[in-house]
Amino acid sequence: MDKMELEKIAKKIRINIIKMLEKSQSGHPGGSLSAVEILTALYFKEMRIDPNNPKWEDRDRFVLSKGHGTPVLYATLAERGFFPKEELNSFRKINSILQGHPDMKNIPGVDMTTGSLGQGLSAANGMALAGKLDNKDYRVYVLIGDGESQEGMIWEAAMLAAHYKLDNLTAFLDHNGLQIDGKTQDVMNIEPIDEKFKAFGWHVIKINGHSFDEIFSAIDEAKRTKGKPTMIIANTVKGKGVSFMENQASWHGKAPSHEEAAKAIAELGGELDD
Amino acid sequence: MTKMVATRDAYGEALKELGEINDKIVVLDADLSGSTKTSVFQKAFPNRFFNVGIAEQNLIGTAAGLATAGKIPFASSFAVFATGRAFEIIRNSVCYPKLNVKIAATHAGLTVGEDGASHQALEDISVMRSLPNMVVLCPADAVETKQCIFKAAEYYGPVYIRLGRAKVPVIFDENYKFEIGKGVQLREGKDVTIIATGVMVDRALKAAEKLEEEGISARVINMSTIKPIDKDIIIKAAKETRGIITAEEHSIIGGLGSAVAEVVAEYCPTKVIRIGTMDTFGESGDGFELLDKYGLSVENIVNKARQL
Repeated sequence: MDKMELEKIAKKIRINIIKMLEKSQSGHPGGSLSAVEILTALYFKEMRIDPNNPKWEDRDRFVLSKGHGTPVLYATLAERGFFPKEELNSFRKINSILQGHPDMKNIPGVDMTTGSLGQGLSAANGMALAGKLDNKDYRVYVLIGDGESQEGMIWEAAMLAAHYKLDNLTAFLDHNGLQIDGKTQDVMNIEPIDEKFKAFGWHVIKINGHSFDEIFSAIDEAKRTKGKPTMIIANTVKGKGVSFMENQASWHGKAPSHEEAAKAIAELGGELDD
Repeated sequence: MTKMVATRDAYGEALKELGEINDKIVVLDADLSGSTKTSVFQKAFPNRFFNVGIAEQNLIGTAAGLATAGKIPFASSFAVFATGRAFEIIRNSVCYPKLNVKIAATHAGLTVGEDGASHQALEDISVMRSLPNMVVLCPADAVETKQCIFKAAEYYGPVYIRLGRAKVPVIFDENYKFEIGKGVQLREGKDVTIIATGVMVDRALKAAEKLEEEGISARVINMSTIKPIDKDIIIKAAKETRGIITAEEHSIIGGLGSAVAEVVAEYCPTKVIRIGTMDTFGESGDGFELLDKYGLSVENIVNKARQL
């Protein structure tokens, strides 16, 4: 799949994120839009997966540690064919399989239940350890929020991944610089985040998280890196692609109104009622 | 003389035996493998053992990840840290997705002894019992511990197994049969019923002997599964005897006593007297002297039975 096609898919996913949130009137647009290219790259090119066999033992795994990013995860899984796109209309509604935060029990393609921040990296470690133990060549990917890295458990897990030399594990940090209460540097400074992961024994790569070229080149470098896990620090824009949501902490966990959604989707080159 | 074996020692041995017959078993510890006895497994199967360091949240989170890939992880630490420090990880990464993780925590209760209140878990049953999908086991001796570990491995889903530090009397022989969800009547009795768990089962049996000398016939039930609780055996006791005494090395709030009282209140109201720690922390000292000091004595069980 070439870059043009991936960009088309990313656009569709962004539009579906906005549509889902407009329907549910609840959920998290900012940190979903910032991670669209990362998930598109993984699910449409990189990962060894089979939408018809979501529990396939030898599949690559993906853990959305920043579990509030369900809109981007669900829109991507639906686009990739794990479940019908119509399901997206039921996001966050009663009796829906699409829970507010990822539920591995009921949603095809979700590899780990998350939502409480800080827990996904440990789970990804467990998957990577199991892969090593069984001599399986599957790879484990995990997406962590930059604000999420304020959780102490992230650093417990960071130590373990390096200690056990989990080179089958690749983490992405969605480095969008914002969290609910404002800028990460004001709420609780995490910088220099690259130096911190390096000091914890990780191979660290910094990229533009909206560039497919840079994402794939970083993934290739991670695969070539032996004896240590790789952290890809993806510099991203929270709310990416929707002008009035970009770089606004207020759009962390707020759904757009009908009018706002129409405007956002028009900017993305689509139509709300399409 | 009665043989004395700590349930944690039985746990280490059981893990090793289990490891021999089931290669899906993996064990995780947080720098306490010598105390929790997971070191016995580590020696036998070093590549299936993971020390995570002093990091209980990551202990449980890593176990959850291993479980998603088909492993049967046993994660161990002291009960205070395993259930307290890691509570929310147990809730969200293990119980909510109903992953096949076994949390075998040692050093529960007052019999931790000299380490004192900071290390004496007296609320672990209460918090583990409140989690959907969690099974809660508290074996009374070494024989039952081994069976608990094997049954926990056979069962698919989260299990909390409460174990102790101190050497305790071996009260069962090879004919004893443990089943998840079943209380076991150890002694017939028609006047009162004593329902005990863990280290208090031995004390309940001794209290029943003393009561017999006074002409009070006490039924003794070992409730080693606290969740799901065996309703039938409780209802039967409530109907057939004057009242129920519960005995546990745990707070009277939320543990065995509460579980029994909930069943009794709903199905067959009768008098229930709970013996346990009375909403208080423990302290340093000899473990068995502490049991006596905090009212978890044979004498207190006898006294309470007289009141029924």
